[in-house]
Amino acid sequence: MSERVFNDDTVPMLAQGYRFQWEPAQNCNVLLYPEGMIKLNGGAGEILKLISEKQQTVAEHITELKAAFNGADLADDVYRFLDEAYDHDWLRK
Amino acid sequence: MTGSENKTADRAVGSVGSAIGHVRDQIRQPLWLLAELTYSCPLQCPYCSNPMDFAKVKNELTTEEWINVFKQAREMGATQLGLSGGEPLTRPDLVELIKAARDLGFYTNLITSGVGMDAAKVAEFKAAGLDHIQVSFQASSEDLNNLIAGTDAFKHKIEMAKAVKANDYPMVLCFVTHRQNIDQVDEILDLCIELEADYVELATTQYYGWAMHNRDQLMPMKDQLVRAEATAHRYQEEQKGNMKIYYVVPDYYEERPKACMNGWGNIFLTITPDGTALPCHAARQLPDMALPNVKEFTIDEIWNGSDDFNKFRGFDWMTEPCRSCDEKEKDFGGCRCQAYMLTGDATNTDPVCSKSPHHHLITEAIDAGRAEAAKPVVEQKPLVFRNPKNSKKISAR
Repeated sequence: MSERVFNDDTVPMLAQGYRFQWEPAQNCNVLLYPEGMIKLNGGAGEILKLISEKQQTVAEHITELKAAFNGADLADDVYRFLDEAYDHDWLRK
Repeated sequence: MTGSENKTADRAVGSVGSAIGHVRDQIRQPLWLLAELTYSCPLQCPYCSNPMDFAKVKNELTTEEWINVFKQAREMGATQLGLSGGEPLTRPDLVELIKAARDLGFYTNLITSGVGMDAAKVAEFKAAGLDHIQVSFQASSEDLNNLIAGTDAFKHKIEMAKAVKANDYPMVLCFVTHRQNIDQVDEILDLCIELEADYVELATTQYYGWAMHNRDQLMPMKDQLVRAEATAHRYQEEQKGNMKIYYVVPDYYEERPKACMNGWGNIFLTITPDGTALPCHAARQLPDMALPNVKEFTIDEIWNGSDDFNKFRGFDWMTEPCRSCDEKEKDFGGCRCQAYMLTGDATNTDPVCSKSPHHHLITEAIDAGRAEAAKPVVEQKPLVFRNPKNSKKISAR
Protein backbone atom coordinates (compact mmCIF):
# COMPACT_ATOMS: atom_id res chain seq x y z
CA MET A 1 0.00 0.00 0.00
CA SER A 2 1.13 3.55 -0.60
CA GLU A 3 2.26 5.85 2.17
CA ARG A 4 -0.33 6.80 4.76
CA VAL A 5 -1.86 10.24 4.65
CA PHE A 6 -2.32 10.51 8.42
CA ASN A 7 0.05 9.72 11.30
CA ASP A 8 -0.34 9.77 15.08
CA ASP A 9 0.21 13.55 15.26
CA THR A 10 -2.07 14.76 12.46
CA VAL A 11 -5.39 16.34 13.33
CA PRO A 12 -8.05 15.13 10.91
CA MET A 13 -10.95 17.43 10.14
CA LEU A 14 -14.06 17.09 8.02
CA ALA A 15 -13.50 18.52 4.57
CA GLN A 16 -14.90 21.95 3.74
CA GLY A 17 -18.66 21.78 3.30
CA TYR A 18 -19.05 18.36 4.96
CA ARG A 19 -21.31 17.89 7.95
CA PHE A 20 -21.77 14.88 10.20
CA GLN A 21 -25.09 14.07 11.80
CA TRP A 22 -27.35 11.31 13.08
CA GLU A 23 -30.35 10.75 10.80
CA PRO A 24 -33.33 9.22 12.60
CA ALA A 25 -35.17 8.60 9.30
CA GLN A 26 -32.21 6.60 7.95
CA ASN A 27 -31.42 5.11 11.34
CA CYS A 28 -27.73 5.71 10.80
CA ASN A 29 -25.00 8.33 10.93
CA VAL A 30 -24.53 10.29 7.73
CA LEU A 31 -22.15 12.75 6.14
CA LEU A 32 -23.91 15.58 4.35
CA TYR A 33 -22.18 17.57 1.63
CA PRO A 34 -23.30 19.90 -1.18
CA GLU A 35 -26.31 18.23 -2.75
CA GLY A 36 -25.49 14.76 -1.39
CA MET A 37 -25.41 12.34 1.53
CA ILE A 38 -23.26 9.38 2.51
CA LYS A 39 -24.74 6.77 4.82
CA LEU A 40 -22.08 5.55 7.24
CA ASN A 41 -21.75 2.05 8.69
CA GLY A 42 -21.17 1.58 12.42
CA GLY A 43 -17.39 1.89 12.59
CA ALA A 44 -17.12 4.72 10.07
CA GLY A 45 -19.88 6.55 11.93
CA GLU A 46 -18.07 6.28 15.28
CA ILE A 47 -14.78 7.58 13.89
CA LEU A 48 -16.33 10.50 11.99
CA LYS A 49 -18.53 11.41 14.95
CA LEU A 50 -15.42 11.80 17.08
CA ILE A 51 -13.61 13.79 14.37
CA SER A 52 -16.59 16.12 13.96
CA GLU A 53 -16.83 16.70 17.72
CA LYS A 54 -13.17 17.00 18.74
CA GLN A 55 -10.15 18.59 17.17
CA GLN A 56 -7.47 16.19 18.33
CA THR A 57 -4.68 14.03 16.95
CA VAL A 58 -5.21 10.61 15.41
CA ALA A 59 -3.43 9.05 18.43
CA GLU A 60 -5.91 10.72 20.78
CA HIS A 61 -8.85 9.55 18.66
CA ILE A 62 -7.52 5.99 18.75
CA THR A 63 -7.10 6.08 22.54
CA GLU A 64 -10.66 7.25 22.94
CA LEU A 65 -12.08 4.69 20.53
CA LYS A 66 -10.10 1.92 22.27
CA ALA A 67 -11.61 2.89 25.61
CA ALA A 68 -15.09 2.93 24.09
CA PHE A 69 -14.65 -0.51 22.52
CA ASN A 70 -13.23 -2.48 25.47
CA GLY A 71 -9.60 -1.97 24.64
CA ALA A 72 -9.83 -3.54 21.17
CA ASP A 73 -6.74 -3.02 19.02
CA LEU A 74 -8.31 -0.95 16.26
CA ALA A 75 -5.43 1.34 15.24
CA ASP A 76 -4.95 -0.35 11.86
CA ASP A 77 -8.66 -0.18 11.11
CA VAL A 78 -8.78 3.50 12.00
CA TYR A 79 -5.82 4.32 9.76
CA ARG A 80 -7.27 2.29 6.90
CA PHE A 81 -10.57 4.16 7.22
CA LEU A 82 -8.89 7.59 7.47
CA ASP A 83 -6.96 6.96 4.26
CA GLU A 84 -10.10 5.83 2.51
CA ALA A 85 -12.07 8.82 3.77
CA TYR A 86 -9.30 11.21 2.65
CA ASP A 87 -9.32 9.53 -0.74
CA HIS A 88 -13.05 10.24 -1.00
CA ASP A 89 -12.42 13.92 -0.07
CA TRP A 90 -14.38 13.57 3.18
CA LEU A 91 -11.45 14.66 5.35
CA ARG A 92 -8.72 17.27 5.34
CA LYS A 93 -5.58 17.54 7.46
CA MET B 1 -58.12 30.92 -9.42
CA THR B 2 -60.33 29.10 -11.87
CA GLY B 3 -63.08 26.53 -11.47
CA SER B 4 -61.06 23.78 -13.09
CA GLU B 5 -58.35 24.14 -10.51
CA ASN B 6 -60.82 23.64 -7.71
CA LYS B 7 -62.08 20.51 -9.39
CA THR B 8 -58.65 19.03 -9.68
CA ALA B 9 -57.96 19.85 -6.05
CA ASP B 10 -61.05 17.80 -5.13
CA ARG B 11 -59.70 14.82 -6.97
CA ALA B 12 -56.51 15.03 -4.99
CA VAL B 13 -58.48 14.74 -1.77
CA GLY B 14 -60.14 11.53 -2.90
CA SER B 15 -56.88 9.97 -3.98
CA VAL B 16 -55.24 10.84 -0.69
CA GLY B 17 -57.84 8.79 1.18
CA SER B 18 -57.65 5.77 -1.08
CA ALA B 19 -53.96 5.46 -1.74
CA ILE B 20 -52.55 6.13 1.68
CA GLY B 21 -51.93 3.13 3.91
CA HIS B 22 -51.67 0.24 1.51
CA VAL B 23 -48.93 1.45 -0.78
CA ARG B 24 -46.90 3.76 1.41
CA ASP B 25 -44.58 1.01 2.66
CA GLN B 26 -43.26 0.65 -0.89
CA ILE B 27 -42.76 4.37 -1.43
CA ARG B 28 -39.37 5.87 -0.72
CA GLN B 29 -39.63 9.05 1.28
CA PRO B 30 -38.21 12.35 -0.03
CA LEU B 31 -34.52 13.15 0.47
CA TRP B 32 -34.39 16.41 -1.48
CA LEU B 33 -36.57 19.44 -1.03
CA LEU B 34 -36.27 22.15 -3.64
CA ALA B 35 -37.88 25.30 -2.28
CA GLU B 36 -38.53 27.77 -5.09
CA LEU B 37 -38.98 30.67 -2.73
CA THR B 38 -40.02 33.24 -5.31
CA TYR B 39 -40.32 33.89 -9.03
CA SER B 40 -38.93 37.40 -8.58
CA CYS B 41 -35.61 37.75 -10.32
CA PRO B 42 -33.53 40.73 -11.40
CA LEU B 43 -32.35 38.74 -14.42
CA GLN B 44 -34.16 37.77 -17.60
CA CYS B 45 -32.29 34.65 -18.72
CA PRO B 46 -33.84 33.22 -21.89
CA TYR B 47 -32.78 29.71 -20.76
CA CYS B 48 -34.70 29.83 -17.47
CA SER B 49 -36.59 26.65 -16.57
CA ASN B 50 -39.33 28.56 -14.73
CA PRO B 51 -42.80 28.18 -16.28
CA MET B 52 -43.70 30.64 -19.05
CA ASP B 53 -46.75 31.84 -17.09
CA PHE B 54 -44.86 32.61 -13.87
CA ALA B 55 -46.28 36.16 -13.84
CA LYS B 56 -49.70 34.66 -13.03
CA VAL B 57 -48.43 33.29 -9.75
CA LYS B 58 -49.45 35.48 -6.85
CA ASN B 59 -49.44 34.76 -3.14
CA GLU B 60 -45.99 33.48 -2.33
CA LEU B 61 -45.89 31.32 0.77
CA THR B 62 -45.25 33.29 3.96
CA THR B 63 -42.25 32.77 6.22
CA GLU B 64 -44.35 30.61 8.57
CA GLU B 65 -45.72 28.54 5.69
CA TRP B 66 -42.23 27.85 4.36
CA ILE B 67 -40.95 26.87 7.78
CA ASN B 68 -43.91 24.53 8.14
CA VAL B 69 -42.98 22.95 4.77
CA PHE B 70 -39.38 22.51 5.96
CA LYS B 71 -40.57 20.88 9.19
CA GLN B 72 -42.80 18.38 7.46
CA ALA B 73 -40.25 17.40 4.81
CA ARG B 74 -37.54 17.06 7.43
CA GLU B 75 -39.73 14.79 9.56
CA MET B 76 -40.19 12.56 6.51
CA GLY B 77 -36.41 12.26 6.22
CA ALA B 78 -35.40 14.94 3.71
CA THR B 79 -31.81 16.05 4.36
CA GLN B 80 -31.01 18.32 1.43
CA LEU B 81 -32.72 21.65 0.98
CA GLY B 82 -32.23 23.76 -2.13
CA LEU B 83 -33.21 27.41 -1.70
CA SER B 84 -33.88 28.57 -5.20
CA GLY B 85 -36.24 30.66 -7.31
CA GLY B 86 -36.37 33.04 -9.19
CA GLU B 87 -33.66 34.73 -7.21
CA PRO B 88 -33.92 33.66 -3.52
CA LEU B 89 -31.99 36.78 -2.44
CA THR B 90 -35.09 38.83 -3.22
CA ARG B 91 -36.91 37.20 -0.27
CA PRO B 92 -36.42 39.59 2.67
CA ASP B 93 -36.83 36.65 5.10
CA LEU B 94 -34.08 34.53 3.54
CA VAL B 95 -31.83 34.62 6.62
CA GLU B 96 -34.72 33.59 8.84
CA LEU B 97 -35.59 30.72 6.48
CA ILE B 98 -31.98 29.53 6.38
CA LYS B 99 -31.75 29.56 10.16
CA ALA B 100 -35.02 27.64 10.59
CA ALA B 101 -34.00 25.02 8.02
CA ARG B 102 -30.53 24.60 9.50
CA ASP B 103 -31.92 24.27 13.03
CA LEU B 104 -34.14 21.46 11.74
CA GLY B 105 -31.02 19.63 10.54
CA PHE B 106 -31.22 20.35 6.81
CA TYR B 107 -28.10 20.66 4.73
CA THR B 108 -28.89 24.05 3.25
CA ASN B 109 -27.90 24.90 -0.32
CA LEU B 110 -28.41 28.43 -1.65
CA ILE B 111 -28.74 28.52 -5.43
CA THR B 112 -28.27 32.11 -6.54
CA SER B 113 -27.16 34.32 -9.40
CA GLY B 114 -25.19 36.34 -6.86
CA VAL B 115 -26.98 39.51 -7.96
CA GLY B 116 -27.81 41.35 -4.76
CA MET B 117 -25.22 39.45 -2.73
CA ASP B 118 -22.49 41.26 -0.81
CA ALA B 119 -19.94 40.44 1.88
CA ALA B 120 -22.29 41.41 4.73
CA LYS B 121 -25.04 39.12 3.43
CA VAL B 122 -22.69 36.18 3.02
CA ALA B 123 -21.54 36.66 6.62
CA GLU B 124 -25.19 36.76 7.75
CA PHE B 125 -25.93 33.52 5.89
CA LYS B 126 -22.91 31.92 7.51
CA ALA B 127 -24.08 32.96 10.97
CA ALA B 128 -27.55 31.56 10.18
CA GLY B 129 -25.91 28.22 9.38
CA LEU B 130 -26.03 28.14 5.58
CA ASP B 131 -23.97 25.14 4.41
CA HIS B 132 -23.34 25.83 0.75
CA ILE B 133 -23.61 28.54 -1.88
CA GLN B 134 -23.82 27.81 -5.58
CA VAL B 135 -23.46 30.83 -7.81
CA SER B 136 -24.96 30.51 -11.27
CA PHE B 137 -23.47 32.93 -13.74
CA GLN B 138 -25.74 34.39 -16.36
CA ALA B 139 -23.08 34.13 -19.01
CA SER B 140 -24.52 35.31 -22.26
CA SER B 141 -21.60 36.09 -24.52
CA GLU B 142 -22.17 39.81 -24.03
CA ASP B 143 -22.23 39.55 -20.23
CA LEU B 144 -19.19 37.40 -20.40
CA ASN B 145 -17.33 39.87 -22.55
CA ASN B 146 -18.24 42.64 -20.14
CA LEU B 147 -17.06 40.55 -17.23
CA ILE B 148 -13.79 39.70 -18.83
CA ALA B 149 -13.30 43.28 -19.97
CA GLY B 150 -13.35 44.33 -16.33
CA THR B 151 -16.56 46.23 -15.70
CA ASP B 152 -18.10 47.09 -12.35
CA ALA B 153 -20.05 43.84 -12.58
CA PHE B 154 -16.79 41.97 -12.76
CA LYS B 155 -15.41 43.77 -9.72
CA HIS B 156 -18.59 42.89 -7.90
CA LYS B 157 -18.21 39.20 -8.80
CA ILE B 158 -14.63 39.20 -7.55
CA GLU B 159 -15.67 40.79 -4.27
CA MET B 160 -18.52 38.36 -3.85
CA ALA B 161 -16.23 35.43 -4.57
CA LYS B 162 -13.81 36.71 -1.94
CA ALA B 163 -16.65 37.03 0.58
CA VAL B 164 -17.76 33.48 -0.14
CA LYS B 165 -14.23 32.19 0.47
CA ALA B 166 -13.62 34.37 3.51
CA ASN B 167 -16.62 32.68 5.14
CA ASP B 168 -15.07 29.25 4.53
CA TYR B 169 -17.47 28.22 1.78
CA PRO B 170 -16.16 26.43 -1.25
CA MET B 171 -16.60 28.56 -4.38
CA VAL B 172 -19.08 26.66 -6.52
CA LEU B 173 -19.86 28.18 -9.90
CA CYS B 174 -22.40 27.03 -12.43
CA PHE B 175 -22.51 28.20 -16.02
CA VAL B 176 -25.42 27.38 -18.27
CA THR B 177 -24.09 26.99 -21.78
CA HIS B 178 -25.87 27.27 -25.11
CA ARG B 179 -25.08 27.98 -28.74
CA GLN B 180 -24.39 31.65 -28.11
CA ASN B 181 -21.78 31.22 -25.36
CA ILE B 182 -20.46 27.67 -25.64
CA ASP B 183 -17.58 28.75 -27.88
CA GLN B 184 -16.28 30.71 -24.91
CA VAL B 185 -15.72 27.80 -22.54
CA ASP B 186 -12.04 28.73 -22.27
CA GLU B 187 -12.93 32.32 -21.30
CA ILE B 188 -15.48 31.01 -18.82
CA LEU B 189 -12.91 28.70 -17.23
CA ASP B 190 -10.25 31.44 -17.14
CA LEU B 191 -12.78 33.57 -15.28
CA CYS B 192 -13.35 30.68 -12.83
CA ILE B 193 -9.61 30.42 -12.21
CA GLU B 194 -9.46 34.14 -11.55
CA LEU B 195 -12.36 33.82 -9.10
CA GLU B 196 -10.49 30.91 -7.43
CA ALA B 197 -13.43 28.58 -7.90
CA ASP B 198 -13.23 25.19 -6.23
CA TYR B 199 -15.95 23.58 -8.33
CA VAL B 200 -17.27 24.54 -11.73
CA GLU B 201 -20.24 23.03 -13.44
CA LEU B 202 -20.65 23.55 -17.15
CA ALA B 203 -24.22 22.53 -17.80
CA THR B 204 -25.81 22.68 -21.21
CA THR B 205 -29.25 24.26 -21.31
CA GLN B 206 -32.09 21.82 -20.72
CA TYR B 207 -35.17 22.62 -22.73
CA TYR B 208 -37.96 23.41 -20.30
CA GLY B 209 -39.95 26.58 -19.75
CA TRP B 210 -38.30 29.58 -21.39
CA ALA B 211 -35.45 27.52 -22.78
CA MET B 212 -37.93 25.34 -24.71
CA HIS B 213 -39.48 28.47 -26.18
CA ASN B 214 -36.02 29.62 -27.28
CA ARG B 215 -34.74 26.20 -28.30
CA ASP B 216 -33.89 27.03 -31.92
CA GLN B 217 -31.76 29.94 -30.78
CA LEU B 218 -30.03 28.06 -27.93
CA MET B 219 -29.35 24.63 -29.41
CA PRO B 220 -25.60 24.07 -29.67
CA MET B 221 -24.12 22.47 -32.75
CA LYS B 222 -22.26 19.17 -32.63
CA ASP B 223 -18.91 20.70 -33.61
CA GLN B 224 -19.31 23.32 -30.86
CA LEU B 225 -19.86 20.56 -28.31
CA VAL B 226 -16.85 18.61 -29.48
CA ARG B 227 -14.67 21.71 -29.09
CA ALA B 228 -16.20 22.65 -25.73
CA GLU B 229 -15.70 19.17 -24.35
CA ALA B 230 -12.09 19.06 -25.50
CA THR B 231 -11.46 22.45 -23.88
CA ALA B 232 -13.15 21.34 -20.64
CA HIS B 233 -10.99 18.20 -20.55
CA ARG B 234 -7.83 20.21 -21.13
CA TYR B 235 -8.68 22.48 -18.20
CA GLN B 236 -9.63 19.46 -16.08
CA GLU B 237 -6.11 18.11 -16.56
CA GLU B 238 -4.42 21.47 -15.93
CA GLN B 239 -6.50 22.25 -12.84
CA LYS B 240 -6.26 18.81 -11.21
CA GLY B 241 -6.18 19.15 -7.41
CA ASN B 242 -7.07 22.83 -7.73
CA MET B 243 -10.44 23.30 -9.37
CA LYS B 244 -12.87 20.50 -10.15
CA ILE B 245 -14.70 20.89 -13.45
CA TYR B 246 -17.90 19.01 -14.20
CA TYR B 247 -18.93 18.96 -17.82
CA VAL B 248 -22.49 17.79 -18.38
CA VAL B 249 -23.23 16.42 -21.83
CA PRO B 250 -26.56 17.69 -23.21
CA ASP B 251 -29.15 14.95 -23.43
CA TYR B 252 -30.24 15.87 -26.96
CA TYR B 253 -26.88 14.54 -28.15
CA GLU B 254 -27.11 11.31 -26.15
CA GLU B 255 -28.40 7.88 -27.16
CA ARG B 256 -30.07 7.17 -23.82
CA PRO B 257 -32.19 9.51 -21.69
CA LYS B 258 -31.18 10.91 -18.32
CA ALA B 259 -32.53 9.20 -15.18
CA CYS B 260 -34.69 12.25 -14.62
CA MET B 261 -35.16 13.19 -10.93
CA ASN B 262 -33.80 9.72 -10.12
CA GLY B 263 -37.29 8.45 -10.80
CA TRP B 264 -40.63 10.19 -10.42
CA GLY B 265 -41.68 10.77 -6.81
CA ASN B 266 -38.60 8.87 -5.66
CA ILE B 267 -36.33 11.35 -3.86
CA PHE B 268 -37.16 14.85 -5.17
CA LEU B 269 -39.87 17.19 -3.97
CA THR B 270 -40.28 20.68 -5.41
CA ILE B 271 -42.43 23.32 -3.76
CA THR B 272 -43.15 26.30 -6.00
CA PRO B 273 -43.48 29.90 -4.72
CA ASP B 274 -47.27 29.57 -4.25
CA GLY B 275 -47.02 26.23 -2.40
CA THR B 276 -47.76 23.84 -5.27
CA ALA B 277 -46.00 20.51 -4.75
CA LEU B 278 -44.36 18.99 -7.82
CA PRO B 279 -42.30 15.84 -8.42
CA CYS B 280 -39.96 18.01 -10.47
CA HIS B 281 -39.74 21.72 -11.16
CA ALA B 282 -41.05 21.38 -14.73
CA ALA B 283 -44.02 19.10 -13.99
CA ARG B 284 -46.61 21.86 -13.72
CA GLN B 285 -47.01 21.78 -17.51
CA LEU B 286 -48.09 18.12 -17.66
CA PRO B 287 -51.77 17.46 -18.43
CA ASP B 288 -54.23 16.22 -15.79
CA MET B 289 -52.11 17.26 -12.88
CA ALA B 290 -54.06 17.87 -9.67
CA LEU B 291 -51.32 20.25 -8.47
CA PRO B 292 -51.89 19.75 -4.73
CA ASN B 293 -50.87 22.71 -2.59
CA VAL B 294 -49.21 22.65 0.83
CA LYS B 295 -51.80 25.17 1.99
CA GLU B 296 -54.45 22.43 1.67
CA PHE B 297 -52.62 19.13 2.26
CA THR B 298 -49.78 17.84 4.37
CA ILE B 299 -46.61 16.89 2.53
CA ASP B 300 -47.10 13.30 3.70
CA GLU B 301 -50.53 13.24 2.03
CA ILE B 302 -49.14 14.76 -1.15
CA TRP B 303 -46.00 12.61 -1.39
CA ASN B 304 -47.59 9.30 -0.50
CA GLY B 305 -51.21 9.72 -1.49
CA SER B 306 -51.64 12.19 -4.35
CA ASP B 307 -52.35 11.11 -7.93
CA ASP B 308 -49.60 13.44 -9.13
CA PHE B 309 -46.82 11.79 -7.16
CA ASN B 310 -48.02 8.24 -7.88
CA LYS B 311 -48.61 8.81 -11.58
CA PHE B 312 -45.22 7.61 -12.83
CA ARG B 313 -43.92 5.64 -9.85
CA GLY B 314 -42.69 2.13 -10.57
CA PHE B 315 -42.92 0.72 -14.11
CA ASP B 316 -46.60 -0.09 -14.69
CA TRP B 317 -47.35 3.23 -16.40
CA MET B 318 -44.73 2.64 -19.10
CA THR B 319 -45.42 2.11 -22.77
CA GLU B 320 -43.15 0.37 -25.27
CA PRO B 321 -40.23 0.38 -25.87
CA CYS B 322 -39.63 1.17 -22.15
CA ARG B 323 -41.97 -1.46 -20.76
CA SER B 324 -39.95 -4.43 -21.99
CA CYS B 325 -36.57 -2.65 -21.94
CA ASP B 326 -33.84 -4.07 -19.71
CA GLU B 327 -32.50 -0.56 -19.03
CA LYS B 328 -35.73 0.82 -17.55
CA GLU B 329 -34.48 0.52 -13.97
CA LYS B 330 -31.43 2.57 -14.93
CA ASP B 331 -33.13 5.60 -16.56
CA PHE B 332 -36.83 5.17 -15.62
CA GLY B 333 -37.73 5.94 -19.25
CA GLY B 334 -36.14 9.40 -19.06
CA CYS B 335 -38.01 12.64 -18.50
CA ARG B 336 -41.83 12.71 -18.38
CA CYS B 337 -41.96 16.42 -19.20
CA GLN B 338 -39.73 15.99 -22.23
CA ALA B 339 -41.82 13.03 -23.43
CA TYR B 340 -44.97 15.15 -23.10
CA MET B 341 -43.56 18.33 -24.63
CA LEU B 342 -42.21 16.52 -27.67
CA THR B 343 -44.64 13.63 -28.27
CA GLY B 344 -47.82 14.89 -26.60
CA ASP B 345 -48.00 11.82 -24.31
CA ALA B 346 -46.21 11.83 -20.96
CA THR B 347 -46.18 8.00 -20.79
CA ASN B 348 -44.06 7.71 -23.92
CA THR B 349 -40.36 6.94 -23.88
CA ASP B 350 -38.26 10.10 -23.66
CA PRO B 351 -37.46 10.75 -27.35
CA VAL B 352 -33.79 11.25 -26.44
CA CYS B 353 -33.61 7.44 -26.39
CA SER B 354 -32.52 6.07 -29.75
CA LYS B 355 -34.98 3.18 -29.21
CA SER B 356 -37.90 5.65 -29.15
CA PRO B 357 -40.05 5.74 -32.30
CA HIS B 358 -40.06 9.51 -31.74
CA HIS B 359 -36.28 9.92 -31.67
CA HIS B 360 -36.47 11.78 -34.99
CA LEU B 361 -38.02 14.70 -33.04
CA ILE B 362 -34.68 15.20 -31.32
CA THR B 363 -32.64 15.08 -34.50
CA GLU B 364 -35.14 17.42 -36.14
CA ALA B 365 -34.79 19.87 -33.25
CA ILE B 366 -31.03 19.83 -33.70
CA ASP B 367 -31.52 20.40 -37.45
CA ALA B 368 -33.90 23.29 -36.74
CA GLY B 369 -31.26 24.86 -34.50
CA ARG B 370 -28.65 24.45 -37.23
CA ALA B 371 -30.98 26.00 -39.82
CA GLU B 372 -31.64 28.94 -37.50
CA ALA B 373 -27.92 29.43 -36.89
CA ALA B 374 -27.25 29.42 -40.63
CA LYS B 375 -29.62 32.32 -41.27
CA PRO B 376 -28.24 35.83 -41.66
CA VAL B 377 -28.31 37.56 -38.28
CA VAL B 378 -31.10 39.96 -39.29
CA GLU B 379 -33.41 37.04 -40.15
CA GLN B 380 -32.76 35.08 -36.94
CA LYS B 381 -35.53 34.79 -34.37
CA PRO B 382 -34.77 37.01 -31.40
CA LEU B 383 -34.37 35.38 -27.99
CA VAL B 384 -37.43 35.83 -25.81
CA PHE B 385 -36.29 36.99 -22.41
CA ARG B 386 -37.82 35.75 -19.17
CA ASN B 387 -39.61 38.76 -17.70
CA PRO B 388 -43.11 39.47 -16.41
CA LYS B 389 -44.09 41.34 -19.57
CA ASN B 390 -43.24 38.44 -21.88
CA SER B 391 -44.78 35.99 -19.40
CA LYS B 392 -48.12 37.80 -19.50
CA LYS B 393 -48.01 38.17 -23.25
CA ILE B 394 -47.22 34.51 -23.92
CA SER B 395 -49.56 32.97 -21.37
CA ALA B 396 -52.46 35.15 -22.60
CA ARG B 397 -52.27 33.50 -26.03
